[in-house]
This record gives sequence, structure tokens and C-alpha cells, in this order.
Amino acid sequence: MKGSIRRTLSAGVGLTLALAAIAPGATLAQDVPEGAMTEIGAPEGALEIVAWAGYVEDGSNDPALDWVSSFEEETGCQVNVTLGNTSDEMFTLMQSGNYDLVSASGDASNRLISAGSVQPINLALIPNYADVFEGLKNKPHNTVNGVPYGVPHGRGANLLMYNTEAVTPAPDSWSVVFDPASPYAGKVTAYDSPIYIADAAVYLMTHNPELGITNPYALDETQFAAAVDLLKQQRAIIGRYWALYTDEIAAFQSGDSVVGTTWQVIANVLQGSEPATPIEAILPMEGSTGWSDTWMLSSMAQHPNCGYLFMNHIISPAVNAAATEYFGEAPANTKSCALTADPNHCDTYHATDEAYFDKVYYWATPQKECLDGRGPICKDYAEWTMAWTEIKG
Amino acid sequence: MHEPRGARIALRIATIAVLVFIYAPLAVIAIYAFNSSTNQAWPLAGLSFQWFERAFEQSGVRDALWASIRAGLGATAVALFLGSLVAFAVQRFRFFGRETVGFLVLLPIALPGIVTGIALNSAFRTAGLELGMTTIVIGHATFCVVLVYNNVIARLRRVSRHLEEASMDLGATQWQTFRYVTFPAIRTALLAGGLLAFALSFDEVIVTTFTTGGGEKTIPIWILQNYTRTSGLPIVNVVALLLILLSVIPVWIAQRLAGAGTGSPSGR
Amino acid sequence: MTTTAGTAPHASPSRRLQAWLYRRPRLQLVLLLALPLLALVVAYLGSLGLLLINAFWRYDPTTGGLDRTFSLANFLQIAGSAVYRTITLRTVGLAFLVTITCAAIGFPVAYYMARIASPRVRGLLVVTILLPLWASYLVKVFAWRAILQEQGVLNWLLRPLGLEGPGYGDVAVWLVFTYLWLPYMILPIQAGLERIPSSLLEASADLGGRTGMTFRRVILPLAFPAVVAGSIFTFSLTLGDYITPTLVSSTQFLGNVVQREVGVSGNLPLAAAVATIPIIVMLLYLFVARRLGAFEAL
Repeated sequence: MKGSIRRTLSAGVGLTLALAAIAPGATLAQDVPEGAMTEIGAPEGALEIVAWAGYVEDGSNDPALDWVSSFEEETGCQVNVTLGNTSDEMFTLMQSGNYDLVSASGDASNRLISAGSVQPINLALIPNYADVFEGLKNKPHNTVNGVPYGVPHGRGANLLMYNTEAVTPAPDSWSVVFDPASPYAGKVTAYDSPIYIADAAVYLMTHNPELGITNPYALDETQFAAAVDLLKQQRAIIGRYWALYTDEIAAFQSGDSVVGTTWQVIANVLQGSEPATPIEAILPMEGSTGWSDTWMLSSMAQHPNCGYLFMNHIISPAVNAAATEYFGEAPANTKSCALTADPNHCDTYHATDEAYFDKVYYWATPQKECLDGRGPICKDYAEWTMAWTEIKG
Repeated sequence: MHEPRGARIALRIATIAVLVFIYAPLAVIAIYAFNSSTNQAWPLAGLSFQWFERAFEQSGVRDALWASIRAGLGATAVALFLGSLVAFAVQRFRFFGRETVGFLVLLPIALPGIVTGIALNSAFRTAGLELGMTTIVIGHATFCVVLVYNNVIARLRRVSRHLEEASMDLGATQWQTFRYVTFPAIRTALLAGGLLAFALSFDEVIVTTFTTGGGEKTIPIWILQNYTRTSGLPIVNVVALLLILLSVIPVWIAQRLAGAGTGSPSGR
Repeated sequence: MTTTAGTAPHASPSRRLQAWLYRRPRLQLVLLLALPLLALVVAYLGSLGLLLINAFWRYDPTTGGLDRTFSLANFLQIAGSAVYRTITLRTVGLAFLVTITCAAIGFPVAYYMARIASPRVRGLLVVTILLPLWASYLVKVFAWRAILQEQGVLNWLLRPLGLEGPGYGDVAVWLVFTYLWLPYMILPIQAGLERIPSSLLEASADLGGRTGMTFRRVILPLAFPAVVAGSIFTFSLTLGDYITPTLVSSTQFLGNVVQREVGVSGNLPLAAAVATIPIIVMLLYLFVARRLGAFEAL
């Protein structure tokens, strides 16, 4: 099933970008990452993209949803989209060398970089990058050793949602879903994916500081064991896990679930349906995990010029507004907020609230080489996946 | 006809009950196809044709349908060819390993789809084959062969060899014998097996997920990708309803054919 | 009477070739089997073999590649962890349960179709049983989701009576699997029952057997291989399925574990190691089924 929480932030070299924007051909040599293109040549006439469902709509799904045709007309690059169902599928597809661009989530982007499947990006060649939220630039997820590997598509946080009538007093902490003596036992829900272990780690960061967790995706033996134990304990009070967001919608509507982790878009649907379900979705005081996808260019791309042009297009104000509004996330471009069909979109998704996103730990691939720099002592994603089988039982 | 009347009535009731059990969910799909909203709660808020219009507008559905048909035809063709060859070999000759061959043909359909799927996927990737329609057809053909094989071998058992020997006594070559005597006798079995193979390929989802590169989408893959969207599920219901209605024709044909070449059930 | 074929002095090359071939049954056999066996052995057995070899390798998460040194680590991990035993027992248990339910529900229908219905009704019944097989598997599971959900059809029917439907969960999985595979059980049993000659039943009656005894001593044993043949499908289809459990429950079965290892973390070696479990179970089942004569009843 589709990957869950994504963590993406690209590195920006702001000053160089400003210079580069004025004189693209005169970019200082040392500011262009090694291996990145120095200029955009003539469009090649085609572009192969691997993307999540809903990211690259060309009208074939719904004639009203189309932000690809305009790109094709302007640049002559005919876009062919291959949908990836999981991050691993995307990773594999990119290794074949048959695709140019990928919308990589945090569990794929680091792997793609390590495997050499994607190339460094010369952000000077993407004018719209200047308008990206500062909070999305320079993030470890898609920037390694100061070298940027892509541009962000948008971002979102995983929230704590609760039924206001069934859950009183209103919770402000994740303890309501981790407390073994919870009064809501049997009606608690959680996300059905190994990445949810990071949510347990976020909880432990606040409540078990002696474990010394600084990054919920960098867990060594002891920290990992603590997180897994917490989740095995939580299993006893879980009524149902949700893998499809339609599942969680149905569970809250029927009262099978009254509290648990959610995406903003689910809360919106519940509040907007007839009759509306009385729910609230908050960012608890411990903070939360979140996601942000990055557009990355294959190191074997056969249409790199079209690739750069598309990256610029997808983060342009109007297109980014349309795409992120459709999908249900906060846009990456600061100018998109004025252009969403729903004028409150950016408020709902906290797009401009950097304090909000400061408490969000964007998804990154857990790797043996700890993401917080402690060396090769952390658990990698394969071990997270094996542990998830044990947790679910 | 020796069953007591009580038993016969009980069995008739049981059959009707099971038929209701089998068709109730299909009726539910049909009703949901006319759902006026995206809310899946029951009872429905209202009825409307809007999803039918939306389904026809979408080029994604048409592409998926066409991909499914191509995959089905390809897999059926391969299955017909290979299945008949094996059926002839096993039925007409005695050789060492005869039973094993039959077992081998059965294996792809007997082992779980996910095993076949990941095995073929890793084999294709190792061989450097690009995942696409060809790999889908290969994947489907592995488990479709047995359907043709079963039908043809059952028919061959009933086709007397004497007819073929007589034909050759009268001067026909083997090819002429096959063309004028054997083939007409097994033709309907081939068609029945082929229809079953097409049906299985058309609906297959697990092996297909692993053998498609993401570019080719068959109807089941399209359904899987669409049911997560809020507007997707109603359209899926519409497509499903139309497919059920359309499939009455081939099923009816298959049944007539399967019965056509056989004698009446023993003794009745 | 003169014969003109085969011995005519001016036989065409094609005729001569076919005559030559006719005298070489072994060669005919080889020609018939070469292509299909090549396809099956290379494409299918070969890829299965490759999969099993993968089970002895290890997955390297940093590069997403494979560490091709021989190692039993995957199998040791599965053997050492109780959860895999639990999941295996759960899956095999469910497969047996579904098989038994399908047989129990399907046998009366098959009997009616084979021995009581008139030929016209029988033809009609076969079509009505076959038709749902053409309805998409996924769509049927979605229909059950709509039926079993909290605000679903089943509860709408049961609540006025004071009852409650099972909702999503293990019962739902059992129910949906039984529904999905029922036609696969009914049709072989029907074919098997049809093959029982009436003369046997008349003989049994002549020898003084009442209906019940005829059923127990004559019909059931003769129909049993067909039941086993149908059970091959219901058992194997349940054993590896991961889609239905995902859609109507939160429980994990063998298929879910394999799919998670491959689809989420790309760990093909571990997935292959787990996949050996259903392969072994199924091979054992097929072996027993063959002893019980199911292969002739397929």
C-alpha cells in the first residue's frame, strides 16, 4: 500500500540563487553542486515521471483536474506518468533508468541518493525555488552534505484526531493513545505501517528523555526496543489499524474509532460530510511525524531539460496551489496561498505556520548510518518492517 | 430418481438459498452504482446516473479495459497453444514422467498468487526484461494453461482413437486427420477452456501487480488505484456493474460449448 | 478395393514426412512437449527456483541491493520468532475452515444440480454459478465491505431484530473467502457427482440399501475425490491472499507478511523465505490430494 509519512526538505543556497537568477550563465562554479547541470538546454520533447496518485493530474481522471496540459503546450515536453503505489516500487523503477523524475517520499529519497539513482540539482536553474517556504529548504531528507537533490512538493503533519463527544476532556498529548489503561481501549486507531514506529519514538522523546532520542528516525538498539515495546503495549488497546484513509473516515463516522493518528484531509472530510462527525484534529504537545515529498531527477535521465522545466512548473504558484489543494497538504510555494480555490486552504493546513512545523519530524528513511550522525548503530528500515510484523501479531 | 421427496425439497431450498447468498452482494454493487453521493453509508441517500456519465468520460477506464482485453487475448492464445500440446502429449502417449507433467501444469494455479508474482517479478528483473504487457501475458499464461489442458484432456478421453485410425486408413495424413477429425471434436473444449482462461486473466490482480511495470494498467489494477479516491469508488461500482452484465454473454456461450461435445451425464 | 493413399509412388514430401513421423512416436512426443515444457520449466520453475535462492541471500538496505553470500539468517529469523508460527497457524487454520464451509454449502447445491435438476435447469444453474466468477474479485470484496460496515446492509437488516453483524475482522475474512471461492468448489463436485453411474445407485437399492445408506456408502466415497479437487482451489486461494484481509480486517496473514516485506521495504530475501511456508504447505496438500484421487476429478 502507499507509503505514509514523508519527510522532505531541500537545501537552498539563497544568495547564490539570487545571483544565479539574475545571470544563469554566470553561476559561480563552486555554487553549482558537482554533477549537476549548469544550464538548461532545449527541451527534449518527452518526460517520464514516476509519481504518487493525484500528484500529476492530466485530465484523464477528471477533466477539471489538469495541470499537465499547460506544461506540455508551453514546453513541448509530452508527459507520461507512471503511478507508484509504494516508495519501494518507485525506488525500483528509478533504478531501471527508464524514468526522469520521481516524487520521492522520505523513505525513498535517502535511498535514492545513496544508491546514486538521482543527481544533484542546480537550484539556480529553478526560478520558482526562490519562493519556497524557508522551513522547507535545507532539510536532511533531500540534502546530503549541503548538496541539494530536489525541490519540495508540499508538506503535511500527522495529527491526533478525536471525537469531541466521546473523548473528554479534550486531549493535548499522545498519551491518550499510548496509555495502557486508556478509557477508550478498543476504539483507538493507529496507522498501519512500519513508519508508525517513529510516532512512538516522538512520544518517547518527551516522556522518556533518558533514552536520548533526538531524531525519531535514528533509533539505536535500546531506543528501538523501547519504541517497539510501547507499540506492542498499544496493540492491546487498538480497535483497528487503518491503511486506507477511507477506512479511518468510515471508522470515525460509525464510532468504531474515537481517537487516533490522522491526516488533515481525513479530518476535513469528516467535518465536511452530511451529517458532520464531531471531531477535532490537533498537533499534540510532543509534536508529531509529518511528510514532505521531493521531486528528484534521475542520474540516468534521458530528458533532463524537460525534467528541470517540470520541476519549475510543479512548484510554480498556481500549479502548486492546485496540486496541494487536491491532494490535501500544505503547498511549498509561498505565493500559492493566495491562489487556492478555498481561501482558507493554507490556514487549514498551517502552511505559513513555521512554529507548527518546527514540531513536525518529516519522514526520513531509517538507515544503519544514523541520521543524527552517531555512526552505524541505528536500525534500518528493513528492521523496522520486520518489527512491524511482530507488533501487529 | 431415487431421492425421497423430502430430500429433494430440502435440496431445492438449499440451492435457492445459496443462489441468493451468491447474488446478494452483486445486487448491492448494482444498487451502489446508482448512488447519488460519495458517502458509502447504507441506506443510500439517493439515486442518480451521474457516475455512469463520469465513468464514460474517463479515458483511464477505457485504457484499462483495453489493456485487460489485450492481456486476456494474449494469455489465452498462449494457453490454448501450450495447453493443447501438453494435453495431446499426456493423453496420447505413455512416457516416464507423465504424471509429473500434469502436476507441473497444475502448479502455477495451485501455488498462491503472491508466490508466483514475486517469483516472476524477480526473474524478469534479473533477466533484464522490462515489465509491461509482455510480462503480464507471460504471468497470466502460466496459470491459464491448466484450464485449457483440463478441458482438452477431458475431451480427448472421450474422442475415440478409432475415428482417427479409420481416417488414416482411408488415406488421410496426420495433419488431415487432425484438421478434419480431431480438431472439430475438441474445438468446443478449446473454446470453453479459452473462455475460462480469458475470464481468469481478466480478473487477476495479485500476479498482475507484480508483473506490470506501472505503465500498463489492467482493470483490476485500475480498480485498486481508484478505490482510495473519494470519487473513485462510485465509478468502480459502475464499471463493475457493466462488466457483470457484459459477461453474461461469454459465460452463456461457454456453458453451451462445454455441454455440446459431451454425452449426457451417465445414466440420465 | 484399391487403396490410393500412403503407398502411392508419387507421395508428396509432406505426406512422406508425416508418414515418417508417424513411425516415430517418441519424436512426436518430444515435439509436442518441447515448447510447453520449456515455457513451464524455464519461465515458471526457473523463477520459483530463483525466488528460493533469494531466500538464502540477504537484503542490504543501504543500497537496496542483495548480499549474495549464502546465509540461513532469514530462515533462522522466521524460526526464532513466535509471531511467524502464529501467523502460519492462523492462515492454515483459516484455509481449512473456508474449505470446510465451502464444501458444506456447496455440496447440496452441486448434488441438486447434478442429480435432481432437469438438463435445462442444470444448464441454467451452471451459468448462474459461473457468472459471479466473471464479476471482479475486487468488486465483490468491496461489496462485502459495504455490507459489513457499521452503517452497512447487514446491520440495517439485523438491527431491527436486535442483532448485530460481525463487522470487520476475522469473521468477516472467513465469510468473504467462503463467498469468493464457493463456485470453485461447486463446479468440480457437480462434475464428480454427474460421473456416478445411475446403475450403481440402482444396484445399491436392489441390494436393499435405503437412501441414507446409499448416500453414505456409495455417493459420498465416489464424490470425495471431487470435493478434494475443489478444495485445492479454496485452500490455495485462501492461503496466499492478502487483499481480502487488508480490506475487511486488520489481521495479518502469510500473504500480508510477504507483501509487506516486498512492497514496503523491498526485502525480497526475507519475503522469499516467508513464501516458502505456503509453498511447502501447498505441496504437502497437493501430495495428499493426489493420493485421494483429486487429480482425476479436476
